[in-house]
Amino acid sequence: MSSIALPQPDTAIVDRRDAIVKDLIAIAGPGAVIADEDGRRAYETDAFTAYKCMPLAVVLPDSTDCVAKVLSYCQRQGIKVVPRGAGTSLCGGALPAEDAIVIGVSKMNKVLEIDTVARIARVEAGITNLAISGAAGATGFFYAPDPSSQLACTLAGNIAMNSGGAHCLKYGVTTNNVLGVKLVTIDGSIVEIGGAHLDAEGYDLMALIIGSEGQLGIVTEATVRILPQAEGARPMLIGFESTAKASICVSRIIASGIVPVAIEFMDRPAIEVCEAFAKAGYPLDVDALLIVEVEGSDEEIADRLGYIAGLAQELGPSSVIISADEAQSAKIWKGRKSAFGAIGRKADYLCMDGTIPLSQLTYVLEEISNICRRYGLGVANVFHAGDGNLHPLIMYDANDARQSERAEQAGADILRLCVSVGGCLTGEHGVGIEKRDLMRVQFSETDLMQQMRIKSLFDPAWLLNPAKVFPLDGRPEFAARPAEPSIAAE
Amino acid sequence: MTDLLRPAADWELKSMLAQIGEQNAAVEIIGAGTKRAIGHPVQAPAIISTASLRGITLYEPTELVMGARAGTPISQIEVELASRGQMLPFEPLDFGPALAAPAGMQTIGAVFATNNSGSRRISAGSARDHLIGLRGVNGRAEIFKSGGRVMKNVTGYDVARGLTGSWGTLAVMTEVTFKVAPLPDDIATLVYAGLPEDLAVELMSLAMGTPFEVSGTVHLPAKHAARIMTPQIGSRNTPLTALRIENFMKSVRYRKGRLIEALKACGQPVELDLEASLGFWGEMRRMAFAPHSDDILWRVSTSPRKAPELVATLRRHMPVEATYDWSGGLIWLEIPDCADAGAADVRRAAAIAGGHATLIRAREAVRREVDVFQPQAPALERLSRGLKQVFDPQGILNPGRMYQAM
Repeated sequence: MSSIALPQPDTAIVDRRDAIVKDLIAIAGPGAVIADEDGRRAYETDAFTAYKCMPLAVVLPDSTDCVAKVLSYCQRQGIKVVPRGAGTSLCGGALPAEDAIVIGVSKMNKVLEIDTVARIARVEAGITNLAISGAAGATGFFYAPDPSSQLACTLAGNIAMNSGGAHCLKYGVTTNNVLGVKLVTIDGSIVEIGGAHLDAEGYDLMALIIGSEGQLGIVTEATVRILPQAEGARPMLIGFESTAKASICVSRIIASGIVPVAIEFMDRPAIEVCEAFAKAGYPLDVDALLIVEVEGSDEEIADRLGYIAGLAQELGPSSVIISADEAQSAKIWKGRKSAFGAIGRKADYLCMDGTIPLSQLTYVLEEISNICRRYGLGVANVFHAGDGNLHPLIMYDANDARQSERAEQAGADILRLCVSVGGCLTGEHGVGIEKRDLMRVQFSETDLMQQMRIKSLFDPAWLLNPAKVFPLDGRPEFAARPAEPSIAAE
Repeated sequence: MTDLLRPAADWELKSMLAQIGEQNAAVEIIGAGTKRAIGHPVQAPAIISTASLRGITLYEPTELVMGARAGTPISQIEVELASRGQMLPFEPLDFGPALAAPAGMQTIGAVFATNNSGSRRISAGSARDHLIGLRGVNGRAEIFKSGGRVMKNVTGYDVARGLTGSWGTLAVMTEVTFKVAPLPDDIATLVYAGLPEDLAVELMSLAMGTPFEVSGTVHLPAKHAARIMTPQIGSRNTPLTALRIENFMKSVRYRKGRLIEALKACGQPVELDLEASLGFWGEMRRMAFAPHSDDILWRVSTSPRKAPELVATLRRHMPVEATYDWSGGLIWLEIPDCADAGAADVRRAAAIAGGHATLIRAREAVRREVDVFQPQAPALERLSRGLKQVFDPQGILNPGRMYQAM
C-alpha cells in the first residue's frame, strides 16, 4: 500500500548517518544503540504493517537522563525522533522515517512503587500494560485499562494513544487512570506533572500529553491508579437474529441503570472466526452476539445477569447463555480478545476504530456493509458496543495492489460515515499516519490550528513523531514560523 | 463602573473578545459568579458572564451523554437528569454557602472550568474525567471545538480536557458535553465516631481497598461534625468518619455487612439509610462543615498516605481544623484569619508531602497578596506560561486570576 504520502527524507541528515550514530553511541553507550541493518529491521514498522521504513538508528535508553541527553542532542542537530513503546500501534503511530532515529523505552520497565494506601503504582513507562496488573495483583489490586494487546503494549504507548480496552465502559480509558508523568521534552527538560494525588496542579497538561501520540515529549515514568480487584466477574452471551435487536438491547441495558464492566458486540463473520479459534461456545446461528460482563459477589452477579437476561428476553433473543464457570468465562474472553488475530489468519485486514453515538449503531452497521460491498470486500465487526467504539475489520488481500487501495478507500468512507453521524475518526487507536489526512473531516482549520499551536509550544521545530496526526499540507509553513512561544526559549 | 456583558451566542462572544483584544483591554470571565471569591481578584474594566448561554442541547439517557450551553445552571441539569434516573457522577461541590454567595446557582461551564468534583471523585472520577467535548472562544477571539459527543475519542489532542481547571484564563467555554451516570437504587452510609485522624485515614483507605466500591469517604473533626444537621449523627461534638456504599438494594445490604465485618477493629458504625445518606452527602456537597466565616479555608491535594502527617506538621505552627475527603487525598483546612493566610507553612507542608494547596477563602486583601494557586516548579511554569500564550497571547482573559502576571 502506498496511498498515504510520507515526506521526502532530509538528505542532509541521512548523509550524516555515520557521524550521528557515533554521537549517539557516545551519549547513550554502545549497548543502547542499534545501527546495523538487521537490528534496525525489527523497528521498521508497527502493527500497521502495510507501511515500512528503516530508521536512521534505534536508541534504547535505560534512564530518563539518557532520554533527556539524546533528545537534547537531536534538537541541537535538527534530527527527527520517533518515540516507540512496543510497536503495537494499529495506525502507524510508531512508523519510523528514514531521516529519524527511533527512541524505544522498552528497557525502562521497572515497577518503582506499589502503594495500596494511596492506591497507586509508580512505574517506568516501558513496562507492559499487563505487567502493572501483574505487579499489583499480589496485593489484590489491578490496573484497569486493558487494550487487547496488553500482553505486549507498553504504558508509554498507552499514554501516547490514550488507549482504551474492553472494560473502559466502567473504568475509563488511560487518561482517567494516570495521575502523574515524568515527561522529557525535545530540549531535554525533565518535567514532573501530577503525582500520587488525585488532581494535578495548575493547567491540565496531563490531558494534553495523554493521547498526543508522542508528539509533545517522551514519558519515561508514570504514576497510575490501581483499583481493588472485584470479588468476581462473569460474562453472559446474548445472541440475536439481527443487529438492530442487539443494539436496542445495549441501549435498554444502559437505560435501565446498569453499567456493566463491558458490553462487546460481534457480527456473524466475527463470531464464526472467533468460535473456530477459541471454542468458546458462541452460538453460530445468530447475526449479532453480545458479551455482557458484570462484577461482584456470586449473588450480585447472579442478580444482575438475571436482570439483564430479563431485559434481553423482551426482545426475543436467539440464545442467552450465562457463563457457567471460570473456564468458560476465560474462553469467552479469549475468543473476543483474539478476534483480530483469528481474523488475521483468514485474511489481511484493516482495523477501523471510529466511535459513534449508540443510537446510530444499526444504521452505521448497515452502511458499513454497504460500503464494503461496493468495494467488493468482506467485513467483520467486533467492538465495544457499550461506548459505541466500532472496529470494522475490512478484509482484503495485501498482495493485490488494487484490493489494498480499495480497502483503504473503504476505511476512509467508513470513518467519514462515523463523523457524519456525530462520532469521531478514532476511539482508542489514534490517528498516526493512517487517519492523518482525514482530520479535516472532523476538525475545522481553527480547531486544528489550536492543536498545532500546542504542538509548537512543546516542540517548536516539529521534530517529535513527524508526519503523524496532522495533515501534511498546511503545516510546514506553520511549523517553520519562528518563535511561537516555546519552552526552549527561556 | 464595570461593564457586564452577557453574550447569547458564540458569535456575539467572539465579537466582544475581538473588540476587547483590539482595545488591548482585559475582561473577567464568570458564569453565575459563585466562585468569584476564589483566586486573585481580577482587575478588568469589563465582565463577561456566560449566564445567557443557556439550555440543554443534547440528552441521550441511553448513551449516558448530555450536552448543555455553558451558562446552564447545574440545578436545571440535575433536575433533568433525575427525571430519567441519572446524575452527575462527579458530584460537584456548591461553594456558594462557604463563600457567602447564593447556593445552587453555579453553571455547568464553571463546573468544568474549575474542575469541580465532590466526594464521589474517589470512585467515579473527576469533572475533567467526564468532559467529552466542548465549544468555546479562545483569547484570540476564535471559535473552536474539541472532542465531541461520544465516550471514546482520541482524535487529535485532548484540548477539551486540557481546558478543565483553567478558570477561564485560556478560553471561554460556550457549550460542554459530558458523561452522566445512573442514580443508584439504594445508598447506605456507615459512620464511625470518635476516631483520631490517622486511624480515620487508615479506615478510609482500608475501605477503598475492598472490592465493595465505596463511593465516598470523609472524616470530619469534632468542630466540623458539629455543623452537620443530619439526624442520627448531627450536632454531636465528636469526630465522624463516613463511608458510602451505593448500588442496587440487595447489593448494598450485602456490601454493608461485609464492610462492617472487614472494619470491625474500628468499632460498630452508625448506619444511615437512603434518606439520611442523601441528607449527609448533600451537606458535604454544600460544604456545610465550613460555612462562611472570617476563617481561612485551604484545599490541599496530596497522597492519603501523607495526609495526617501533613496536618500534624501544620498544627505546630497554627490551630487547624481539617476535614478529609477522598480517603484523605483531599484536605479542607480551616485556620483563623491572618494576614498571610499561613501560606508559607501550608505550601511547605504540601510540598514536603507531595501535592499542592489552593486558597479557597480569605479576605480580599489577603487574596491580593498571597499566591492563591500553588506556585509551580520552573519547568512546569514555563509550560503553563506557554499554554497561556497559545490560547490567549494578549492576556485578555481573567488576567492574574490563577497566577500573578499571567
